[in-house]
Amino acid sequence: MLKYTEDHEWLKQDGDEIVVGITAHASEQLGDVVFIELPEVGREVEAGEEIVVIESVKAASDIVAPVAGVITAVNEALPDAPGAVNEDPMAAWFFRIKPASVDLSGFMDEAGYQALVG
Amino acid sequence: MAEFRRTTLYDLHLARGAKMVPFAGWEMPVQYPMGVLNEHLHTRSHAGLFDVSHMGQVILRGPGAAEALEGLVPADITGLAEGRQRYGLFTNAEGGILDDLMIANKGDHLLLVVNAACAEQDIAHLRQLEAQGILVEPVTDRGLLALQGPEAEAVLARLVPGAQAMKFMDVAEFDWQGVTLWVSRSGYTGEDGFEISVPEDRVVAFAEALLAEPEVAPIGLGARDSLRLEAGMPLYGHDMDARTLPGEAGLGWSIPKVRRTGGAREGGFPGADVILDELAAGPARSRMGLRPEGRAPIREGVGIFDAAEGGAGLGKVCSGGFGPSVGGPVAMAVLPAGLAPGATLWAELRGKRIPVTITPLPFHKPSYKR
Repeated sequence: MLKYTEDHEWLKQDGDEIVVGITAHASEQLGDVVFIELPEVGREVEAGEEIVVIESVKAASDIVAPVAGVITAVNEALPDAPGAVNEDPMAAWFFRIKPASVDLSGFMDEAGYQALVG
Repeated sequence: MAEFRRTTLYDLHLARGAKMVPFAGWEMPVQYPMGVLNEHLHTRSHAGLFDVSHMGQVILRGPGAAEALEGLVPADITGLAEGRQRYGLFTNAEGGILDDLMIANKGDHLLLVVNAACAEQDIAHLRQLEAQGILVEPVTDRGLLALQGPEAEAVLARLVPGAQAMKFMDVAEFDWQGVTLWVSRSGYTGEDGFEISVPEDRVVAFAEALLAEPEVAPIGLGARDSLRLEAGMPLYGHDMDARTLPGEAGLGWSIPKVRRTGGAREGGFPGADVILDELAAGPARSRMGLRPEGRAPIREGVGIFDAAEGGAGLGKVCSGGFGPSVGGPVAMAVLPAGLAPGATLWAELRGKRIPVTITPLPFHKPSYKR
């Protein structure tokens, strides 16, 4: 089941890792994405740390690590085709992160997120 | 929060799904559902319709209006033929730029189009010409549309037969369903196109008629900005302001020989001593194009350095972003004039120095019908 953060990320558990992307709402707000800088695989990050730079035609913004952990993989296709984030934000994952233990119970479910973005 | 003004097309923008943002005291569409990127590309390949009704339209009337305006604007206005338009600058006593504007000779009067953010100040500035018997009439009952792109001519000619005969920077009046359109063949996108002033009570109908043509899509300020940036056109308040000399801004070309040192109508405008000295000596700094390496946009305010580490700061980016037709980031900065195209400099972005190459402007070659 997908979970959501207040920073408009979607989180999908896959074994002991979490796959992270941004929501359709976030991609619409950003507008056409033209640049993405991903973190290095193997980097240890804190929860809330800004680890992805995402720039649209309008502005620059960041994507934060939803939890503390180690980056185990990044979507290497994205920097060459950043428009994928607008075309299909649920398919355009950014990175996989491995926390000490996966616990997504504190994040919003679909209904909770829809209530947030109205 | 301040009250924002709305153009007559406000409801049309909303009906077409525009995202509205504050701009120069107005609430304007920044983009429509098509998105900035596709709006930009649509304008370059078809035709885009822009609401530019926030811009100021001002009429100057009276014998000697052209001579009088030359006292504020270092351009050749008395030599401007009837039915023609020209670009110019309002300058201040320090030689800085108060605004940039279009000046059209319409026979018995001049029609000026000025930036929205400067309109009030420009009109107050123009009122000093009243002492010379010139009437200054702000046009408050007309909207202004820009139809831009390679298919603009075909579209406008369908609604307004005869418009296709106009050449770049021509101005003319046409009848459309009983109303008089003031048309100029110009714009600020680097594309062929027209700016069309329409009586307020018919501007929605005229805009709808244009939008009903298959080539035309509504385009917001987001794409307007990337289009003019690719075309190497400066935007007032970003690429020039009251402290920027015309030469620095890369606008020395708008000051013709006749107004320069040794010319028949030399000087006689605010800041002439400073401006003419700058033009004679060659500007110390000049607006240049930059192509950053990689895909990261280099935006306004980013510092430009002469070394990959340390080194000296040379200036700041005045306009920058992603160029959809170029397919990569593009930027402009005012930099020491000795720098030549092809030279590599470095932009400091998020603590990292990114190589940028000085590139001749424009990034995208205009396709005007001359």
